[in-house]
Amino acid sequence: MRPLRAPEVRHGEHGLRRDPAPSRLAFRIERLWLTPMFRVAMRVGVPVALCVVVVGGYLANEGRRAAIGESFAELRRSIEERPEFMVTLMAIDGASEPVAKAIRAMLPVTLPVSSFRLDLAALRATIEQIDAVASAELHVRKGGVLQITVVERQPAVLWRNATGLEMLDATGHRVATLLDRTARPDLPVIAGMGADDRVGEALEILRAARPIGDRIRGLVWMGERRWDIVLDRDQRILLPEEAPVPAVQRVIALDEAEDMFGRALVAVDMRNRNRPTVRLAAMGTETENLTGLETKVTGQ
Amino acid sequence: MTDLYQSQRAMRHMRRAAMQRGVVAILDVGTSKIACLVLRFENTEEAREDGLGSLAGQSQFRVIGAATTRSRGVRFGEVDAMAETERAIRTAVQAAQKMAQTRVDHVIACFSGARPRSYGLAGEIELADGQVSEQDVARVLAACDVPDFGQGREVLHAHPVNFAIDHRSGLRDPRGHVGNRLAADMHLLTIDTNAVQNLLYCIKRCDLEIAGLASSAYVSGLASLVEDEQELGAACIDMGGGATGLSIFIKKHMIFAESVRLGGDHVTSDISKGLQVPLATAERIKTIHGGVHATGMDDREMIEIGADCGDWEKDRRQVSRTELIGIMRPRVEEILEEVRAVLDAAGFDQLPSQQIVLTGGASQIPGLDMLAAKILGQNVRLGRPLRVQGLPQAATGAAFASTVGLCLFAAHPQDEWWDFEIPAERYPARSLRRAMKWFKDNW
Repeated sequence: MRPLRAPEVRHGEHGLRRDPAPSRLAFRIERLWLTPMFRVAMRVGVPVALCVVVVGGYLANEGRRAAIGESFAELRRSIEERPEFMVTLMAIDGASEPVAKAIRAMLPVTLPVSSFRLDLAALRATIEQIDAVASAELHVRKGGVLQITVVERQPAVLWRNATGLEMLDATGHRVATLLDRTARPDLPVIAGMGADDRVGEALEILRAARPIGDRIRGLVWMGERRWDIVLDRDQRILLPEEAPVPAVQRVIALDEAEDMFGRALVAVDMRNRNRPTVRLAAMGTETENLTGLETKVTGQ
Repeated sequence: MTDLYQSQRAMRHMRRAAMQRGVVAILDVGTSKIACLVLRFENTEEAREDGLGSLAGQSQFRVIGAATTRSRGVRFGEVDAMAETERAIRTAVQAAQKMAQTRVDHVIACFSGARPRSYGLAGEIELADGQVSEQDVARVLAACDVPDFGQGREVLHAHPVNFAIDHRSGLRDPRGHVGNRLAADMHLLTIDTNAVQNLLYCIKRCDLEIAGLASSAYVSGLASLVEDEQELGAACIDMGGGATGLSIFIKKHMIFAESVRLGGDHVTSDISKGLQVPLATAERIKTIHGGVHATGMDDREMIEIGADCGDWEKDRRQVSRTELIGIMRPRVEEILEEVRAVLDAAGFDQLPSQQIVLTGGASQIPGLDMLAAKILGQNVRLGRPLRVQGLPQAATGAAFASTVGLCLFAAHPQDEWWDFEIPAERYPARSLRRAMKWFKDNW
């Protein structure tokens, strides 16, 4: 019988033809490799798994993660702090000196600062919190200038309340506190609780009463429902709750026709539209007393 | 019998699983070559009623891988050296897989040896309710009296060939017919168990599942007989390397198969002995210069035999083609005589048409058809297998008849006995017997 084992092939010997048959192992490996699932797993699954393992292994260390974060932050900062992006100046337009000072004091920005760090919307909200500012516009101008354009509120009346004297604009919004009435003699005075909500109405009444404007000391919001016009010489015009302006016009008409307020009367009561009533003053001393009382009310 | 029934059924299930996966390998284990094809089943369109379709029903599959290797360890179509055969199978399967770029797990194999023997079986039953149902077909097949084919034999094919109801015979499909008695003829092909076990073991060692087994005589008949030959009666003679398969077809059924244990390798060994040359040289001389009819011209045609022993006289030998033919012809005649004897024993001369088709690698000897006509009868032609999609040009020759036939077998197997359900009355009989046995054992 011929030897069962294959003849030993010596190195470099070409005479013997090699067995073309694959070994069982090679056969199995090739079959495994031709299995579609296995192929997909080897071509996609293994590289993906390898990448995950390598990256995961690298990032498993706390220090390395921190170093990567730091280098990113450093890169970000270096870009942000380039001179092209730095804001060095703040220009405020349209604001009076005290308002501008207040804005500078309020803004939580220390210049120079990178324009990436400026939250213009938040800054604008901060500026608009100031009562004297109606609206504000912010933008970063070329040359690193933070341009703030402010529209201030225009005071329309003075409102005397329990705490003191406030300046209000035409909508009744507070503008500033005034220490002294004489600082703004051009503005009319209103008084009474809740009068700040009715500034528009008060201004209308004042406009209607312009013919006797030089005699008006102010308006009083009575009982939170109606207006009184207080004149000098302790005279009052009591206006109705509804349609006060026609009532004022009627009083003005009476005054022009009859010189009503030149006479000795204390009050003109227009509350009942059908029955205007005039209260006459007593003689002499009583007029003095009334004057003292009225002075307290109007604050002068 | 039931074991075989079960194992064949298991193979059929395996085949169905392979169809579902869409890829199946065809393995033809021959004496001179082992061929492996990888088939892909694509559009599994519904088979038509007559079993035909576009391209005669072969458009279902496509050959996507093909490989051939020189066979080793196979003699007379049977496995001789298991390890060698296993290696050769591995070579072929791996190459075919590589070409197909896919993995195959199911294999349908055929072989030419293992001493096939044919039996004609007949069975008859009374029909209970007039009309024939599928259950009745199973019953009549089960009623066929199986001859005693001896120890160590196993059934490879069991084709129902003919059905008869009362006196009407020649029915192809008896279902739905009305009658009193149903009779069936069945063709049974048995083979040596040991030989087939060896082959199965070799295939198992290659991690492949068997999805079907066929006799190569049968499948080469499927591939190389045209339809009218199969219908009218013809014999296909598959002249392989170590064995010559022989199958007779009529009415599209195989009714006889046999194998003669002689083939082209014997011609080669005769040349080798006669001319004193190695087998490889003898094979080359046979394929290039061989023939079976000597003419005057052949006396002058000198063939360089050659050798490399160093002796000038021996290395410069020449032989005339006539001499070569003189060596080959007696052996070819012997093969054909053997075939003739088998055909006579099978009663081939009783068939209405006696067409003989020669195929297989050894049928390519020039002049063989004339010699066969003298021995076997006048109606002889050389057959080549059908063309199937994707088959490489190198595998379309006569040597690949059984390989191609196996493809057709894989795509459209004929109904065999085990494709019918086990008759219902067999179950209770067996369980009753088991119950009786239990009683006897325990009381």
